[in-house]
Amino acid sequence: MTLRATAAIGLVASAIAIAGCGGSSSGSSSAEAIPKLNTAEKVTINYWVPFTGSELGLVRKVVTGFEKANPNVKVNVVGNINDEKIIAAAHSGNVPDAALSFTADNTAVFCKDGTFLNLGPTISREGIDVNNFPPSQRAYTEYKGNRCVLPAMADTYGLYYNKAMFAKAGITAPPKTISELTEDAKKLTVRSGNGFSVVGYTPYIGFYENSAAHYGPTFGAKWQTSEGKSAIASEPGWTELAEWDKHLVDYYGSNALVRFQAGAGEEFSGSNAFMTGKLAMNIDGEWRTALIKSEAPKLQYGTAPLPAADGKSELYGGGYTTGNITGIPKGAKHPAAAWKLISYLATNTQAEVELANDLGNVPTWIPAREQVQRTASPQFQTFLSVFHNPHTTTTPVVPSGEASQKTFENYLEKYQTGNGGELKKGLEGVASQINALEAQATGGGVP
Amino acid sequence: MSAAVAADTRARARTRAQWRRRRTVALLMAPWAIGFSVFFAYPLLASFYYSFTHYDLLSPPTWLGLANYEYLFKTDPQLWTAVKNTLWLIAVMVPAQVLFAMGVALLLSRARRGAGALRTIFYLPALAPIVAATLGFAYLFNPANGPVNTILSWFGIEGPLWLNGASTAKPTLVLLGLWSVGNLLIIFLAAVLDVPTTLLESAELDGAGAFRRFFHVTLPSISPVLLFAIVIGVIDALQYFTQAYVAAGVAQGGQAGESAKALGYPEGATLFYPIYLYEQAFGRFNMGYASAMTVVMLIVALALTGLILRNSRRWVYYQGETR
Repeated sequence: MTLRATAAIGLVASAIAIAGCGGSSSGSSSAEAIPKLNTAEKVTINYWVPFTGSELGLVRKVVTGFEKANPNVKVNVVGNINDEKIIAAAHSGNVPDAALSFTADNTAVFCKDGTFLNLGPTISREGIDVNNFPPSQRAYTEYKGNRCVLPAMADTYGLYYNKAMFAKAGITAPPKTISELTEDAKKLTVRSGNGFSVVGYTPYIGFYENSAAHYGPTFGAKWQTSEGKSAIASEPGWTELAEWDKHLVDYYGSNALVRFQAGAGEEFSGSNAFMTGKLAMNIDGEWRTALIKSEAPKLQYGTAPLPAADGKSELYGGGYTTGNITGIPKGAKHPAAAWKLISYLATNTQAEVELANDLGNVPTWIPAREQVQRTASPQFQTFLSVFHNPHTTTTPVVPSGEASQKTFENYLEKYQTGNGGELKKGLEGVASQINALEAQATGGGVP
Repeated sequence: MSAAVAADTRARARTRAQWRRRRTVALLMAPWAIGFSVFFAYPLLASFYYSFTHYDLLSPPTWLGLANYEYLFKTDPQLWTAVKNTLWLIAVMVPAQVLFAMGVALLLSRARRGAGALRTIFYLPALAPIVAATLGFAYLFNPANGPVNTILSWFGIEGPLWLNGASTAKPTLVLLGLWSVGNLLIIFLAAVLDVPTTLLESAELDGAGAFRRFFHVTLPSISPVLLFAIVIGVIDALQYFTQAYVAAGVAQGGQAGESAKALGYPEGATLFYPIYLYEQAFGRFNMGYASAMTVVMLIVALALTGLILRNSRRWVYYQGETR
């Protein structure tokens, strides 16, 4: 039986160690420009993307445009690839020529050890003006001066509201401050028995798109101090967010709200609670406009920027943004052709317009914006305007990736249900946990 | 002279035969030896080495000394949540499963009619794939529209939040554990049916009631199986992963494949040690730290098993043994 224990744990150990058997990369980032494409040579490149289903088809369609422009380059677009697979491939040395990730939070992971090629020298050689990417996109594609990925389509967040319910409750305009949002949420809520038939607005962290990162910009809360330490305890915005969240959760009663949410329907499906009329207002990304168009075309809804924290009305109009990143793994067999492809997807105006219209995302190449704006629905216009607002920000690129955000959210989840203890102490605890986490993720600096 | 030559030849022949035999033995053992070294010894030693390094799979490991262990024992705030949750499983789920399996086995052993059918019914859940069973439970216990709470509401009872509540998530997983206890049940049933009837009858003739017959005859007779059940239960609890991983993802509102984002939901109540280990290794790519966690887990598993086995000498009786 002791042997069984040893064997079982050995299995866990082996999973980890087998992953460690392959060759390791040298760790330095390449600082040379990628050679120019030999247009006479025929090549086939592999492009790994996380898209699936109809979205994968749309991406393939845009890639066909690239193939027409570069007749000697064939692109094999492989879908359903997550970051774990990219990292495992980078480790084994059997990499695709280029890859796209949904998780801009992993930029540091890709850039810090030279896992993806430094694109800086090539960008300069080709004369690409990175100022054609908005500031947030410039920020999340670079880690410590190494721009190893390009932005290709972005997401931004705002408020969705049900127009019919607004009219019924006598609300004439979407809320612009958190107090107005709270007030409207209460007006729009319809209780039935111990539960709700309609919830005005749920701020419950962990539910759908409710996360600290998405609220941060409209509460004017920053993640890091100027010294690069966690600002969770020192930024008043985070305290305001936690207090407001708890206030509204308490209004519904956390048990009743959790029960409602458990029956709210899967987020990325037609049964999403906003789309079925169970939620009157909701925080969501721009992609929802495309989903509503296909799954709930009769829904009367409007969109607006997220309400700003009380006393910070100047932040209204801004919001959170993040997006897809695409780069070339070290060891790619055809880096020149791969560069052609990723620069096409990120900086070719026509390609960006097509991607934006088809996927329902925001284009990251500023020249593409005008064209998209001309044809966009009023609901989508909101997100284009949020995207280009000077108060729109993103989460900082940190070595631990998503872990620091998750640490904070774990605490907020507890606090909103009354299990988080005293807020000030709780936030201080989170800040020191995040500092320790970052030190651990950089290696060698474990406290 | 010739005798000496003959003796020498015989000795050489013997040595050759010995070598041949050894070679055959080595050849026959080779598959095991290769499997053992490649899939067990090497990973174990490699993990031990990585536990002293910072290793993210991408760049070569860098030596850290004891820093990972220091972070593990002194700083990491999530670790203690994970340890406490796993200890809870050992303290609550293991005894519950063992007592439930033993209790049902005792009842089934007394069934006069339809024993075969009853045994099949109780065993059947053990055949359900773990992921499917967990998804089924998440559906049954959905606090908003699951059948369990719907039925409770007919009687005016507002059901608990089950997998969505911080205080009820683990007990709900215990229910799932009890439901799928079939394998253990069969072993207990075999042991209970194996209790010598002569002993039970003579105890009865001596005036022992059902209670005394159980504690003085049945229980000592099945004690080796009880020990087995406890040890296996503790090891399983230390490795508890799939159910918690799937349940957290579904309860949080995602699809089964998206569970990585919801690890530990709700409020860290289902963040068990192996779940946290998985997050460190394959979510954050902290392979060095995850290796340190496996090393600690191995030591704890060995220590707990050793402790139980040592302690068992006082209460486990093997057939033919006298005390």
